[in-house]
Amino acid sequence: MTDIDSTDPSAALPPLPGHTSRGRLERILRRGDFAVTAELSPPDSADPGEVYERAQIFEGWVDGINATDGSGANCHMSSVSICALLTRIGYAPVMQISCRDQNRIAIQGHVLGAAAMGVNNILCLTGDGVQAGDQPGAKPVFDLDSLSLLETIRRMRDDGQFLSGRKISEPPHVFIGAAANPFAPPHDFRVQRLAKKIKAGAQFVQTQYCYDVPMLENYMTRVRDLGLDEKCFILIGVGPLASAKAARWIRANVPGVHIPDAIIKRLEGADDQKREGRNLCTEIIQQVREIAGVSGIHVMAYRQEEAVADIVHASGVLKDRKPWRKEPNPGDLAVAEALMGDSGQE
Amino acid sequence: MPSTNTYDPAGAGPVSRQGRKYTVRRWSVRNARFLEWLYIVFADMLLDLHPLWKLIGYQRIEGPMVFIEKHSKGFLFDCRMCGQCVLSSTGMACPMNCPKLLRNGPCGGVRSDGNCEVEPDMPCVWTEAWKGSQLMKNGDAINTVQLPHDQSLRGTSSWLRATAEKAAQRKAMK
Repeated sequence: MTDIDSTDPSAALPPLPGHTSRGRLERILRRGDFAVTAELSPPDSADPGEVYERAQIFEGWVDGINATDGSGANCHMSSVSICALLTRIGYAPVMQISCRDQNRIAIQGHVLGAAAMGVNNILCLTGDGVQAGDQPGAKPVFDLDSLSLLETIRRMRDDGQFLSGRKISEPPHVFIGAAANPFAPPHDFRVQRLAKKIKAGAQFVQTQYCYDVPMLENYMTRVRDLGLDEKCFILIGVGPLASAKAARWIRANVPGVHIPDAIIKRLEGADDQKREGRNLCTEIIQQVREIAGVSGIHVMAYRQEEAVADIVHASGVLKDRKPWRKEPNPGDLAVAEALMGDSGQE
Repeated sequence: MPSTNTYDPAGAGPVSRQGRKYTVRRWSVRNARFLEWLYIVFADMLLDLHPLWKLIGYQRIEGPMVFIEKHSKGFLFDCRMCGQCVLSSTGMACPMNCPKLLRNGPCGGVRSDGNCEVEPDMPCVWTEAWKGSQLMKNGDAINTVQLPHDQSLRGTSSWLRATAEKAAQRKAMK
């Protein structure tokens, strides 16, 4: 445990054999613990305090915090800067890079910059089309795709060179991830595509929201048949649905999210739909954990971030493990002790 | 010259694109096996004619060849003249018709009916590619990781480039 509880929370961990990064997420996965990551909803603001507030909700419950890169093609604070803020505190961010907004020159520059600021995990995405967001008139870039982005970063890290072949004096030591969607057609191709992503450099994947466990089981069987679960850590995307109405809206409007009718019916039948949505999420996590080859979960609780701790706690996936949290500074501790001494309460 | 606008999925503006049936493009995918064979024969022929191309000069033949390639492949595949043709690895569905220009497989946004997330009326290029690859003799080529597209090759003839490369290889082997 001591390797993970470093005294300076923002410092890189000592290098370990077989590890490509010096971050906590990779260590937790490699030592076989069930990992939990969560998605931070980036603020529409230039105030770093808002980023810290949003990250603090997850503290002590997650092993990695995903900073989205203009998700849904909406404009927010950039992922690289959110990550830079998070590493100052010591959080373990997963920097998402989408190919929609930047060409290969900009992306490679950001990878170096992020690694320099202590980012250990990068998630390679193609990104939503511009039509999905608030600025459909924007020019889509898509210079690279998620696969060629994986290959590009892998080459920067392992070969120490840019795509052009030019040398990098200190390569970015990052843990490289990709996305997967086991729930969208062409279903037969999905497992092959995962294999392809692994070939291009993916060391972990985070999947799209899972609301259909049997479909995931089917996918995972084929993943195990190809031995892909041994080459790559698979984190299943989960999230609470706020209501049956919200579920219907997501199904109709968010590309790639598959929600079976049974789920919507169950939400409709509940007195407290929000509560039911969270219970459902907890149950899905518990079912997903039992599937062989699953290494963790990725919780995307959009606008319900405060529920993540409850859901993770209720699911029991962490067992007795306590993910990293910022140690209160000695001054705070003294104040807390004094207060407890005064009131005599816990 | 082909448009350099990246968001031009069917090779036509957004108005004329509406209600398109993509008939020929889909025919090509259904006949991927035949087209695969046809291309092999055709590529061999181009390679055999290498001495002629060399005599005329590859640069001089580039213009006419681009014209032929653009119109024949444009008709069959809605080819976007990326200059780095991968049709043999993509089940004879041109990946440059994908609004996200994906050259390695489908994104996560494919609709449940197999249509494109961005263009709801268009069948996803990659659901089509998968179908085509299943018909082809060398369909496993769909699992090859395609490296970043060299954007500077846009608008050039990939037929001639492939021929020149193969000729150089053959020469090196001798």
